[in-house]
Amino acid sequence: MTVQSSTRPEVAPGHRRGGSTPPTEPQRSKGVLGRLDIKYSPYLYIAPFFVVFGIFGLWPLIYTLRMSLYDWDLGSTVETAKFVGFDNFAMFLGDSDFWNSVVNTIAMFLMSTIPQLILALILANALNKRLRGRTLLRMGVLIPNITSVAAVSIVFTQLYNRDFGLINWVLGLFGVDAIDWTARSWSSWVAISSMVDWRWTGYNALIFLAAMQSIPRDIYESASIDGASGWRQFWTMTVPMLRPTIIFVTIISTIGGLQLYGEPLLFTGGGNPLLGGSDRQSQTVTMFLMEQFYMKFELGRAATVAWLLFILIMIFSIINFLFTRSLRSADGKVKQKKGASR
Amino acid sequence: MSTNMRRRSFAAIALAAAVTLGAAACSSEEPGTGTTEQITLNVDVFGNFGYEELYKQYMAEHPNVKIVERGTGSQLDAHNQQLTQRLAAGAGAGDIVALEEGVIISYLDKANLFTDLGEYGAKDLAGNFIPWKFQQGTTADGKILGLGTDVGSMAMCYRTDLFKKAGLPTDRAAVSALWPTWDDYIKTGQTFKSKVKDAGFIDAVTNTYNTILMQKAGQGAGYTYFDKSGAMTIDTNPAVKDSYDLAVKILDAGLSAKLQAWTQEWNNGFKQAQFATIACPAWMTGYITEQNGADGKGKWDIAAAPGGGGNWGGSFLAVPKQSKHAKEAAELVKFLTNPAGQTASFKSKGNLPSSPQALADPAVKAAVNEYFSNAPTGDIFAKGALDLKPVYLGAKNAPVRTAVENALRTVEQGTKKSADAWTAAVTDGKKAAQ
Repeated sequence: MTVQSSTRPEVAPGHRRGGSTPPTEPQRSKGVLGRLDIKYSPYLYIAPFFVVFGIFGLWPLIYTLRMSLYDWDLGSTVETAKFVGFDNFAMFLGDSDFWNSVVNTIAMFLMSTIPQLILALILANALNKRLRGRTLLRMGVLIPNITSVAAVSIVFTQLYNRDFGLINWVLGLFGVDAIDWTARSWSSWVAISSMVDWRWTGYNALIFLAAMQSIPRDIYESASIDGASGWRQFWTMTVPMLRPTIIFVTIISTIGGLQLYGEPLLFTGGGNPLLGGSDRQSQTVTMFLMEQFYMKFELGRAATVAWLLFILIMIFSIINFLFTRSLRSADGKVKQKKGASR
Repeated sequence: MSTNMRRRSFAAIALAAAVTLGAAACSSEEPGTGTTEQITLNVDVFGNFGYEELYKQYMAEHPNVKIVERGTGSQLDAHNQQLTQRLAAGAGAGDIVALEEGVIISYLDKANLFTDLGEYGAKDLAGNFIPWKFQQGTTADGKILGLGTDVGSMAMCYRTDLFKKAGLPTDRAAVSALWPTWDDYIKTGQTFKSKVKDAGFIDAVTNTYNTILMQKAGQGAGYTYFDKSGAMTIDTNPAVKDSYDLAVKILDAGLSAKLQAWTQEWNNGFKQAQFATIACPAWMTGYITEQNGADGKGKWDIAAAPGGGGNWGGSFLAVPKQSKHAKEAAELVKFLTNPAGQTASFKSKGNLPSSPQALADPAVKAAVNEYFSNAPTGDIFAKGALDLKPVYLGAKNAPVRTAVENALRTVEQGTKKSADAWTAAVTDGKKAAQ
């Protein structure tokens, strides 16, 4: 924010420079100090981010990698922990509980992200139309996102309650027996995915909406004259032009989705929620990580899981990137990219 | 010009901020280490230990000590997670921390994180505690990790309204006479279920299973999943398999309301009268009172647990190694856990003492609970606690117990057959012990 506000006045001299009158450079510079200022102060402005990232992001990342190579118990120090190389990694790669948590995470990620992005696109398209009370509606879709994870999870957990839940009651009207949603994998996945969708669909819709608004109206007008239907316009014009935004949203959703924690934890409930249920039905990788730390006191192994999760997210982001890149694209690529970066 | 000015001042501010941050990081205050000067002892607890009056008394007797209790009323899970983090970080934990029964066991093989209270004279205090309670806080090589505060003991709470509906007796002596053994308890449950269809006889099977296991282990080998050498005995100790089979028998008889403990559904179960009996340590009476609220008053009563005494829950006070005032903290622990301290805690918050002297105190022994149809709680629970034989629990008891509990829950939920679930319990239990 501060960087933006300080650079904004720069735009004016920039325009002047492009004009016929040459800028009066000697007058502007104030000697060596002034030149140093112009040359280096931008680095100083961005430095706080990198300093903070270095302390709270990069350093823990490296330290975690180091810990993952040790048999590091609660109470161990660098001196007392035993170096075990990649034993921890090998152990988890052969651990069915770890893979179970990976499968759960990926299943919930797919079950939540795919419908979520499609819904968000459709929602954004609807909000992009001329509607009465447009601003109110646009702000409204963000409300689920600003409610806390805990509140959403608790309310949804009650909706999915076996004996007194609204969902079982509605299903009961159609003659379906009460479902114990936490008892099986598929049912807990459905319940948790629906919580994620509730929170994030509106948020993604707003990002799509912002990108849609940068698509020039005249393209749609000429398409209408050519006789293209609204649906056709949406799929052959809007979606391809949103490609960079779709890539962005997909990657962000991947990073968030694969770190799913709060919803499944609160949905599981009970005395040992970190296990994700009686048969680890809804244990995600992050919950598996926390199990190593809080239940087993194995700090080294927890660090290992953290790195495995990091690698998993990297793999998924690359797959996403390759996949979304191959989406159909309209002509005028440069223009879209400018549009999407707003 | 003005841009330049602004830029410079930004640079200056950024620089100033960086310098201040660095300075702040270096200038954290070192607390005093002298023994005669003023010191502060932080006591980290969960829930309510009822120590307020004791603190006042102690501070009056020791003018140089200031006691600050932290975490009063907090949840056990949150307390444990915070403690784990602080122990891992090597700083931030209180000078005294409360360790719940299941928690202290998991720290037994990490005794280096705590001060051995034996060094401060705790060894001579064994007589102040029920033997099994004192043993739970002691490591295999004799280090005293923590001194006991309260115990849970064990009884069976039951709903007189549902018992009446099923045509069963409601008087506590008559109800106790219905179930001298767990098989009698199951038979009573079947009678109950034949009359009342819309409520379970028990809330869920896991807590009942744990109660049975502790009883059977006490009557048998004196250990559960690990013998005293630390070897895994989940598939060799008959007490474990017998208790598992008995729990499955309860499930096969269709007695469970299948409400997982500590969930919202379970809490609702109290209010909606979804089950007739629940394994009931002393502190559970407080939980029932809170969950069932005013309209449950007089609808509950307390009978003896089938199969003899037992215990579930209760806590210890320990001094983390990272404390800078280990000696003073140890003195305070001894003060808070002595018989008089335990009686005071019972009077304040109803925590059942773990000291035989306190349990014999008229203030404890004669106590009745109005909510539970004036049941003589002091007498009922004291008997249960004193009857119990010591049971050795290994350091990895908690994860193994969870594995068996979860196996039983899959049987309860109908997702696994009991034989398959037992195989899973043994496999997962062994894995959890690694």
